[in-house]
Amino acid sequence: MKNPLDSLWGTVISGLVLTIVLYFVAQKLVVQVIA
Amino acid sequence: MDYVPAIARWLHLMAGVMWIGLLYYFNFVQVVALKAAAADNTGAGITKHVAPLALFYFRWAALVTWLAGAALLGGNFVAAFTLHANFAIIGIGAWLGTIMLLNVWGLIWPNQKKILGLKPATDEEKNKARRIAFLASRTNTMLSIPMLFFMAAGAHSAIYGF
Repeated sequence: MKNPLDSLWGTVISGLVLTIVLYFVAQKLVVQVIA
Repeated sequence: MDYVPAIARWLHLMAGVMWIGLLYYFNFVQVVALKAAAADNTGAGITKHVAPLALFYFRWAALVTWLAGAALLGGNFVAAFTLHANFAIIGIGAWLGTIMLLNVWGLIWPNQKKILGLKPATDEEKNKARRIAFLASRTNTMLSIPMLFFMAAGAHSAIYGF
């Protein structure tokens, strides 16, 4: 499998996917605080 | 006006623009340009005159950004880094920024010194350094995307649905 970081598009898409994953992690952390 | 957080925020933004601006310059412009320059042997000007200067501002802007960010967090520094209470959003941004700073000073700069001939290295060591510096720089480009999202969301959480 090719390393996505070898291409610019692969890097940008990886960053966007990581943003989405961390968004849901952050939402869980915030909800835990409120609950 | 509360001078320390106001100046820290201003500095954080200015140094951050320089840091991430140069990071994007390296990844979106210089890497592509050097590949093209290798074909007709015109890359010397970039590696000799542009890259060392860009790296100088890049690594110091990274440090100033982090220090100004730490000053901005002030007494909430530990709460942010332990993703505690209301600081989880900015805490994730702070962690991403910290990993990026460590990448700059621990991987990119030491390997770039070998690549640019500022530190003696064999051809084999230079090739290895080139790959490590490239991947560390690409990792930082990838991390900058969620990092900027969480920096913005930390200051404007309601807009981002937190």
